[in-house]
Amino acid sequence: MAEVKLIGTLASPFVCRVIWALKIKGIPYEFIEEDLSNKSPLLLKYNPVHKKIPVLLHGEKPVCESMIIVEYIDETWQQNSLLPNDPYERALARFWVKFAEDKGVSVWRMFRAKGEELEKTMKETEEMLQTVEEHGLGEKKFFGGDNIGMADIAFGSVIYWLEVIEEIVGERVVFEAHKFPRLHAWIKNFKQVPIIQEHLPDWDWMVAFGKRRREAVLASA
Amino acid sequence: MADEVTLLDFWASPFGIRVRVALAEKGVKYEYSEQDLRNKSALLLQMNPVYKKIPTLIHNGRSVCESLIIVQYVDGAWKDKAPLLPSDPYQRAQSLFWGDFIDKKVFEYSKKIWTTKGEDMEAAKKDFIECLKLLEGELGDKPYFGGENLGYVDVAFVPFYCWFYAFETCGNFSIEAECPKIIAWAKRCMLKESVSKSLQDPKKVYEFVLELRKRFGVD
Repeated sequence: MAEVKLIGTLASPFVCRVIWALKIKGIPYEFIEEDLSNKSPLLLKYNPVHKKIPVLLHGEKPVCESMIIVEYIDETWQQNSLLPNDPYERALARFWVKFAEDKGVSVWRMFRAKGEELEKTMKETEEMLQTVEEHGLGEKKFFGGDNIGMADIAFGSVIYWLEVIEEIVGERVVFEAHKFPRLHAWIKNFKQVPIIQEHLPDWDWMVAFGKRRREAVLASA
Repeated sequence: MADEVTLLDFWASPFGIRVRVALAEKGVKYEYSEQDLRNKSALLLQMNPVYKKIPTLIHNGRSVCESLIIVQYVDGAWKDKAPLLPSDPYQRAQSLFWGDFIDKKVFEYSKKIWTTKGEDMEAAKKDFIECLKLLEGELGDKPYFGGENLGYVDVAFVPFYCWFYAFETCGNFSIEAECPKIIAWAKRCMLKESVSKSLQDPKKVYEFVLELRKRFGVD
């Protein structure tokens, strides 16, 4: 079997998604840590279009964009399927993956914002959570049903990072349990899935690292 | 039971055109339902409560939303004809990558060409052309992005061809002069009925863009 390598950084929610998928499938891989302030020739060679992490290398073949990588992993290694077989159910899962991608940006923006801009991104995040609470899960334990699927992976990183970022930013909490009971139950269940639990970046490390990064970002703004 | 397929759409939308091309490639009979985007119908709001946007496909009472997700759905639901995505996982990932690229970069820059002026517009033009050059590289010597036949990336990109005249006129440039391979590819696609019957008249699209510019206060 061709070697699998993952180019990324440990603090990235996008890289995390790929790690979860690889671990769920039981695929051994080599992790290549990237310095984003000084991008390597390897990264620039294998992701010339976006120059971003994560990049999966399967043999010499690169796959870019976290959820496209997750789908590639799901199709290449078919144990522990992350997408249903039925075309309609697949379309629903893809819809929520795309929603996480499109609307999850408000969470990343919160990290870099202060004052009015921060309040704006917090409101956008609230709206995003509201939509998922109302339309996304229904009565299911996970987006994928009884087991986690692609949409859980996509959102898992958004919501876990939201919790970390709220801790770092230290303003009013957007993701309140009484406002979003379904989502709170879902993220609790998600974090308790053994593979996920084993591969969630350490909370204290993330908060400490994140606080330093946020200070640097706000200072240079 | 016969399939009941309805497409909630807007005539000029390149995203809607993607779905029309995909359905035509598959030979699917469907009801086209033109939507008034300034006065959204109860059906649209019911079938796409999250985004309230077109295109929205309704297949036997169940809705599928987001154009490229609809294209993938159509490809999976009507497997027997005209496969749009490759069966090999690596080739599929490449197709999905370029579809995503067209949505994230090509569409965003093209929109700036007709919604901004001056320096912003010039920057958008430059970025747009750079994107098209990357797509030319991806096309290479193949007749279509999908190889010998239309594929997912062709379906994702070709609807923008009927908007090129509007981009060129608003931006005062020639796409053919910068990216002749793209124009050659588009003309090749237009020889297919699924494409020629789905794309709109570029002059009509341009008139519509002028209306939008007035509405948004660009002119």
